[in-house]
Amino acid sequence: MIYRVLAKSYTRTIVAALVALVFSLIITSIVLSVSGFNPPSTFQAMFEFGKDPDSIVNTVNRAATYYLSALAVAIGFRMNLFNIGVDGQYRLAAMLAAAAGGAWALPAVLHQVVIILVAVVVGGLWAAIAAFLKVTRGVSEVISTIMLNFIASGLIAFLLNPQRLAVKVAGSNNIGTEPISSSGRMPGISYPGSELKIYSFVLVAMLAGIAFWYMINRTRFGFDLRATGLSQSAAVASGVDAKRMVVVAMVMSGAVAGMVGMPQLLGGSYSYSLDFPTGIGFTGIGIALLGRNSPVGIAFASLLWAFLDQSSQILDFNDIPKEIVAITQAAVLLSVVIVYEVVTRVGQRIDQRHVAAQLGEVPA
Amino acid sequence: MIEQEVRAPAPDTARSSGLTRGLLIGLGVFVALILLRLITGESDITSSGTMGATLALAVPIGMAALGGLWSERSGVVNIGLEGMMTFGTWGAAFGAYFSGSPWLGLLGGVVAGALGGLLHAIATVTFGVDHIVSGVAITILAPGVTRYLSDLLFTDEQGGGATQSPPLPNFPTWSVPGVGKPLGSLEKHHWILVSDLAGLVRGVLTGLSPVTLIAILLVPASFYLLWRTAFGLRLRSCGENPFAAESLGVKVYRMKYAAVVISGALAGLGGVFLAMVASSNYQEGQVNGRGYIGLAAMIFGNWRPGMVAGGAGLFGYADALQLRGGAGAVHAMLLLIGIGLLALAIWRGYKGRVVAAAISAVVGVGVLVWFFLTDALPREIVTYSPHITTLLVLAFAAQRLRMPAADGLRYRRGGGH
Repeated sequence: MIYRVLAKSYTRTIVAALVALVFSLIITSIVLSVSGFNPPSTFQAMFEFGKDPDSIVNTVNRAATYYLSALAVAIGFRMNLFNIGVDGQYRLAAMLAAAAGGAWALPAVLHQVVIILVAVVVGGLWAAIAAFLKVTRGVSEVISTIMLNFIASGLIAFLLNPQRLAVKVAGSNNIGTEPISSSGRMPGISYPGSELKIYSFVLVAMLAGIAFWYMINRTRFGFDLRATGLSQSAAVASGVDAKRMVVVAMVMSGAVAGMVGMPQLLGGSYSYSLDFPTGIGFTGIGIALLGRNSPVGIAFASLLWAFLDQSSQILDFNDIPKEIVAITQAAVLLSVVIVYEVVTRVGQRIDQRHVAAQLGEVPA
Repeated sequence: MIEQEVRAPAPDTARSSGLTRGLLIGLGVFVALILLRLITGESDITSSGTMGATLALAVPIGMAALGGLWSERSGVVNIGLEGMMTFGTWGAAFGAYFSGSPWLGLLGGVVAGALGGLLHAIATVTFGVDHIVSGVAITILAPGVTRYLSDLLFTDEQGGGATQSPPLPNFPTWSVPGVGKPLGSLEKHHWILVSDLAGLVRGVLTGLSPVTLIAILLVPASFYLLWRTAFGLRLRSCGENPFAAESLGVKVYRMKYAAVVISGALAGLGGVFLAMVASSNYQEGQVNGRGYIGLAAMIFGNWRPGMVAGGAGLFGYADALQLRGGAGAVHAMLLLIGIGLLALAIWRGYKGRVVAAAISAVVGVGVLVWFFLTDALPREIVTYSPHITTLLVLAFAAQRLRMPAADGLRYRRGGGH
């Protein structure tokens, strides 16, 4: 019976995710109790606020952004390539795309396409630096992408200056790029019961997820990618060009990362200013790990993450620090990787026993 | 890190010549800096202020690097150093503020870092989670935990808040007696070599905090423990070939646990320095990538304590120069980098590597043109010169490195057949 349940890898994933979720709720409850708060009423307040229509719209919008970020991370993770630089890639891409979109007047559709293309190209090129350093100089992509995040911050600070690409935002101390005119904006989708609109870029994020699934599971490239991730030496022996794989996967990851800022840019803010959201690249790493690098898993993980972020907004009104959610998220993340490891190991042992029984041997 | 070129270990006799070579390189760099100061007139290049700041900024990077070294010598990649340092900054604030004693702050930071290390050890050693995944998870975990705890414990205190602690008690500082004044007057004369040396010595020997002294002593102590004791030999054997170590009766899990917890404690000490010596309170985001720069220093230092300390010094200098000398002094560095690249090009040409020589020459000329056409670098970018230095150093130096052979590999007891 247990064998049947654990035989399929996706059921293992689901079991791991559920166990991790329960475990992290227990951890969160303990932390809340120790801090003198009542866990059930806290969870209830979050849930009540989270199912409000406005909250749902915000959750979906946020999840789309997280989803793209996690997809970008997952492309690399699938071949054991750690692109920690999604954060710098999307910020630089969003900033330059916003500047381009604000500066150029183009007809609708073409305008949006050009903005997205600029973002994708900038993201890909910024990631290409790390790929180049890795294949030519053997520099670990973990370190180089992290350094590139910082350098991107410097470049953005340099460019986002009234003498260069920025203008003062009317009525505030904020500065930002020239707002994109209406021909470059993406209209939102209405949601019953809410004044807020769902970004139409959510649909693009979904398409990206389907494309990711197709590429990984149905193309030669995806096969090579997975093979390299499982065993680099075996992949090289069967004719995979490891260096080329590194470059292509990294650039692809950066290109997807370039789209991370687009839902917000084209659907909400229309300009890159000092208060543009930061840190989504790191959130994406967590969500990719939580979703086991699969497009469906990541979708659930980003919805969960976005729901927690959104519903925690109510906690400050109840005098509970809303950072409790960060603890829940981190606990989910750390426990899911551990539980998955354990479930896999148990599953393997059951597999071995099952095979041994069928062969009529006594398991050792 | 795993894909870096693996070479046979250098024979043990090479160490003394390595030390001499290190000293010679250091001397050469110092002379080059003096020349640069003379040519460009940027006195901050060798001032005691910059040298003191170099030491101060090298300490947290060096502690992270040393932490990484301990962990990776036992075969566990520790990318979570950044998170462990964050725990360290908060633990220092917690210990120091609520006890009123800086020493308990030191203890608090080290323990908090060690707990982060313990978490990493549980995930990677006991459960066999991928080392980078666990490290990244810990780095994501740390800011959330510290923010929550600060919100809970510091917001009601005078001067505290969700993102920072109240002001913390200071460590007493200590200077080598009879050094400060005479060297200070020597330095003011701007005599070639003498004043520069005075700046270096004065900067390093005055206003020292106990944390700095402990950190400096930990470098030779780590070398002694890891290379001169049975414990160190066993620990390193786990990083080279855990199955061979296991067959000789070494308790591999226990060794790895010890190494990773020590690693976290060292990172925590770096955090203590940031919160209590480099600054007067805990602030969110204080670590600011230093854990990762420390890892780069460790790679640059070829997983050996002396070289790792040198790497930390280099990054500390890059940081100190941008803080003290600002855009002008960093601009002057372009001259040095340009000439260095041209020298590298000649060396490579001499060795017959034409393509590499051409690349170095082109980049070198480009840097020199940049130097002569501008007066200063943009302030926004100069702020990140330690990070740019890290990237450049890794790009130009990451060649003849030898990491522990089983670094980052998953180990299960009894799995080596």
